[in-house]
Amino acid sequence: MRQAQLLRQKVLYSLLAWTVGIAIFFPILWTILTSFKTELEAVANDPSFLFFDWTLENYKTILNESRYFSHFWNSIVISLGSSVVGLLIAIPAAWAMAFVPNKHTKDVLMWMLSTKMLPPVGVLIPIYLLFRDFDLLDTKLGLVIVMTLINLPIMIWMLYTYFREIPSEVLEAARMDGASIGSEIVHVLLPIALPGIASTLLLNIILAWNEAFWTLILTAAKAAPLTAFIASYSSPEGLFYAKLSAASTLAIAPILIIGWFSQKQLVRGLTFGAVK
Amino acid sequence: MGNITLKQVTKNFDGHEVIQPLDLSIENGEFVVFVGPSGCGKSTMLRMIAGLEDVSSGKIEIDGQDATETPPAKRGLAMVFQSYALYPHMSVRNNIAFPLKRTKMDAALIKDKVEKVAETLNLAAYLDRRPGQLSGGQRQRVAIGRAIVREPSAFLFDEPLSNLDAALRVNMRLEISQLHKDLKTTMIYVTHDQVEAMTMADKIVVFNAGNIEQVGSPMALYRHPVNKFVAGFIGSPKMNFIDIEETVEGQPVTCMGVRPEHLVLSDTAGTWKGKVGVLEHLGSDTFLHVDIPGVKLTVRADGNCPYEYGDEVYVSPIPNQVHYFDSIGNAVCNESIARTTASVSSISKTADS
Repeated sequence: MRQAQLLRQKVLYSLLAWTVGIAIFFPILWTILTSFKTELEAVANDPSFLFFDWTLENYKTILNESRYFSHFWNSIVISLGSSVVGLLIAIPAAWAMAFVPNKHTKDVLMWMLSTKMLPPVGVLIPIYLLFRDFDLLDTKLGLVIVMTLINLPIMIWMLYTYFREIPSEVLEAARMDGASIGSEIVHVLLPIALPGIASTLLLNIILAWNEAFWTLILTAAKAAPLTAFIASYSSPEGLFYAKLSAASTLAIAPILIIGWFSQKQLVRGLTFGAVK
Repeated sequence: MGNITLKQVTKNFDGHEVIQPLDLSIENGEFVVFVGPSGCGKSTMLRMIAGLEDVSSGKIEIDGQDATETPPAKRGLAMVFQSYALYPHMSVRNNIAFPLKRTKMDAALIKDKVEKVAETLNLAAYLDRRPGQLSGGQRQRVAIGRAIVREPSAFLFDEPLSNLDAALRVNMRLEISQLHKDLKTTMIYVTHDQVEAMTMADKIVVFNAGNIEQVGSPMALYRHPVNKFVAGFIGSPKMNFIDIEETVEGQPVTCMGVRPEHLVLSDTAGTWKGKVGVLEHLGSDTFLHVDIPGVKLTVRADGNCPYEYGDEVYVSPIPNQVHYFDSIGNAVCNESIARTTASVSSISKTADS
């Protein structure tokens, strides 16, 4: 009786999870499917789910007629660059907050997080003017700086949560053994916290890769990453749904693949400290 | 050399003084045990000596040099932590070699030293294992190895045996004592376990609420505790305290202390008459909890003790082995037969009433 009830509950929850999962994934799936349709089929009033004339024409057009690989390269530089620079700042910051806290540490952490609650448009004009004055508009360096600043609070928070789980005695032992602060961080802290650092890096790459607000505003052609490339398919002449979908698929594919393979690591990174 | 001197050392946390001005001198080669209840400041004191905790005021001297502001790595001390604090990502070999690598020592020399230490501590077979693959005792040995390999001027142990089971603790206790005999290096050992303090120390420092209550050899503390706190803390089972009101050699006495091993049982006659309560059989000894009117006494008797729960017995203190304390708990006197007899008769009266 009890077992039957448990089974029923399990089936119900599984069904619910699948429904939510499919609902979330459906737009992505639809985008991928549309990318294999003709423009006509893509806007048909009675769209077909699987039974249409599959074509690679959209991909050919995009790869031949646009600068996909240049945008792809920009995305790599910006997301990887901002993640690495971010880590270089976040690791010592999180170390200080986790292992040498003072009575204001919690406030600093909350203040950093609060900057994430600020609508980006609120700082749009000052940042735009600064970028203009420093010649950073439409440069990869400019976007690396912005992405680093935007994601730094999350990186510090994630690393801080991770570092807090590491017994401070291990670092104290290193100090007693003659390690300098730098050596303590490099030889002891980083190897122990490697899983946390990897998931922080991954999450930051994904966030920077997907960021669209600043990339659209601060870039034109030279430094435009894939998000700007997708947006370029919404032109005044109208939307080319099939091509737009193909561009989107090409833009999200790398990150989708990385995310798929590293999902365990990511979930662990995001829930670290929540459950022991 | 490993002379360590503390001069008027204090420690404040958020304006609260956890270590009150404290002086202590530790001679080269001594095995000193800091003992006291949880939160008494003994670990804080050790961490201040190590340099892991700042000193609020006062001075710490190592071998005559002021080391108060010296960073931990430069004090020439090695520390063994309660949680072992091994580097989990490194093999045993690299754990032990870590402090030597920081000194940029020649790799071949490091290898030799690590292997020698591993041999001494029976770790040679485990050199390529990670700490996670070792038992608690082996991990503790690695932690000790990491400390020994540096050849420090003094070792600091912060409750190193607390995470081990009882049998292993006894073994490790012996190993650390043997190590001290072999190395003849200064060791400061923090524990809340008075058995560890009594069995290992050359000198015990009893801490209580940020103060040093008494410093002395284990037997000196056992025989001549300066106050009720030390008398109760040193010795197991703890000393029996009986409230009395008496004047001894012109001084008012409010408490009498007798250790369980200094009480004698009899069927026929004695100072106090009582009823046997719970008995704890340890094999070699039996601890009897005897209810006498107004007081519960613990008596250490022979393992073959014939008494059973509910039996009526007479309990008497051994003359010469009674301690007296005044109203603030300071020891008054503990060696006079005459005084013992006087007080024993007075407590009989108290118990009868």
